[in-house]
Amino acid sequence: MIHIVCLVKQVPDTTEIKIDKDTNTLIRAGVKSITNPNDLAGVEEALKLKDTMGAKVSVVTMGPLQAEGMLTELYARGVDACYLLSDRAFAGSDTWATSKILSTFLKTLDYDLIIAGYQAIDGDTAQVGPQVAEFLNIPQVTYLSEITSVTKTAITAKKRTESEIWTLQVDLPCLVTTLSDMNKPRYMNAFDIMHNTDKKVEIVTFNDLDLDINDIGLKGSPTKVSKTYVKQVEPKSAKQVMTEEDAAKLIAKLLYPYMEVNGDA
Amino acid sequence: MKRDLLIKLFEEFAEKEVKPLAKVIDEEERFPLETVKKMAKLGMLGLPFSTYGGVGATYTSYIDAVRILSKYCATTGVILSAHTSLCASPIYYFGTDAQKEKYLTKLNSGVSLGAFGLTEPSAGTDASKQQTKAIDKGDYYEITGSKIFITNAGYADIYVIFAMTNPELGLKGISAFILEKDTEGFTVGPKERKMGIRGSSTCELIFDKVRLPKTQLLGKVGEGFKIAMSTLDGGRIGIAAQALGIAEGAFEMAVNYVKTRKQFDKPIASFQHTQFKIADMKTQIEAARALLYQAASAKEANEPYSDKAAMAKLFASRVAFEVADQSIQLMGGYGYIRDFEIERYLRDAKITEIYEGTSEVQKMVIAGKVLK
Repeated sequence: MIHIVCLVKQVPDTTEIKIDKDTNTLIRAGVKSITNPNDLAGVEEALKLKDTMGAKVSVVTMGPLQAEGMLTELYARGVDACYLLSDRAFAGSDTWATSKILSTFLKTLDYDLIIAGYQAIDGDTAQVGPQVAEFLNIPQVTYLSEITSVTKTAITAKKRTESEIWTLQVDLPCLVTTLSDMNKPRYMNAFDIMHNTDKKVEIVTFNDLDLDINDIGLKGSPTKVSKTYVKQVEPKSAKQVMTEEDAAKLIAKLLYPYMEVNGDA
Repeated sequence: MKRDLLIKLFEEFAEKEVKPLAKVIDEEERFPLETVKKMAKLGMLGLPFSTYGGVGATYTSYIDAVRILSKYCATTGVILSAHTSLCASPIYYFGTDAQKEKYLTKLNSGVSLGAFGLTEPSAGTDASKQQTKAIDKGDYYEITGSKIFITNAGYADIYVIFAMTNPELGLKGISAFILEKDTEGFTVGPKERKMGIRGSSTCELIFDKVRLPKTQLLGKVGEGFKIAMSTLDGGRIGIAAQALGIAEGAFEMAVNYVKTRKQFDKPIASFQHTQFKIADMKTQIEAARALLYQAASAKEANEPYSDKAAMAKLFASRVAFEVADQSIQLMGGYGYIRDFEIERYLRDAKITEIYEGTSEVQKMVIAGKVLK
């Protein structure tokens, strides 16, 4: 049975996020949190594989202790193990430091396939998945629109770019990142709510990991946010209509995903 | 904690899967079989039973499910209530191990849908006047007669039905049976055309010399009336939950409307008349909620609850009708237009004052308890 590890992030459930003017980071207090939709698509793919071929599905997240609630809801969907990497020392980590922490923990697990959402709706960087794969020195396929098949040794999947779809086969272990429209995540189910949510969320702290304090947190983060501002949107003139050229471009863009290209990675 | 997660599941499911269908199944008088299948997959058809494949949630959580579904679609609410309270429950409480193994397992997993047949053309509130006969033929019973107004009929796979095994004994001559839909001699009549809960299937059941092996007897011979009455005690909590759900759903629509609807240059919510009406409706809803969950927790604690269930149903069903009525009034002309969906709540609410014992029957139960 293969072991699939899903990387998930808890994100604010609103587009109206507020930013702390002093630190230029997100204010999370009082904002309802959800599982990042792209990550949830990844968990759904893992659970589908569990249903069809049998697999152990683990979930790993890094964040404050309140993320435990999100993980309980993933137990309620049928995942087998949840790990929450939580420590004050992790706070302020950018994507590089986050990837460092996640990959250090992942090295302690015996994984075959790592699935991450391609990006989080709050940060929009699409960096963590690929960086984790690099730190782990395993192959990666990003922007999956479909997992075609998984065996004990390889995964075949479709990668969607702006203009093409590539069907790729990759040896395991590897890391893939998923697009949120690749499936419809299942609901929690009553049976798992009653019988699977008593499982413990394993809390992993700085002391549990082989990490240098200088590599993580704000100190270990090469990215510094120097300034944030709200972009002013220019209202479009009511008279403006789409030009023929724009329409043609839009149609071409809409049709491209349906033109397939086959290839090997 | 688990209850909160279940509530979150029911809310999410109801909003995404049930709400979008509510209008169309009402218009087309179509049974939402696809929704039933989805509920089965999520364990919602076996909530309060912890054995035979049931989910093992509390009775209160099952009541949450009926209430929340009914907030968006009373048809879906009653499908679940009839299945659980009226079919799975009597099998759970009165069935033999073999019957539970055979039927409760299928009902809990949702492989089979359940129904309950007690009412007859001449035996409504006076359920003791059963005309359907079960004649003991040695190794089987031969059932002849009919039932009317049976919820889930035609879509149910398993029916708990009642028939006279000994007319001379009156109430004590009634027995309960488990009937499978494909039994020879059993047919389902055409769907009734109803005022409300139009997606739910309500039909006549016809028994023409139906041979039921003795293994299909539920409980003991002559125990039927007792089984029916105790089953309806539980069913009433389900209907009270349906009624409260209807009230909550109608109220939510009315509140949203009065906040956005402007007349005399102001949202109509700013008028004191609207505010007082909203306050009254909310108070009624909360009072109904208190009675509903009082009855549910009494049942859950194995305490006597028949009067509590009757009070919950009596009160919640009236609240459902009045809140739906007042919601339409607040929405004015729009409230009367079918596209706005609020009128359906009034049509759906009315049945909660009638089935599983009319409001008058509830008063008989309550007064009976007080004056005994």
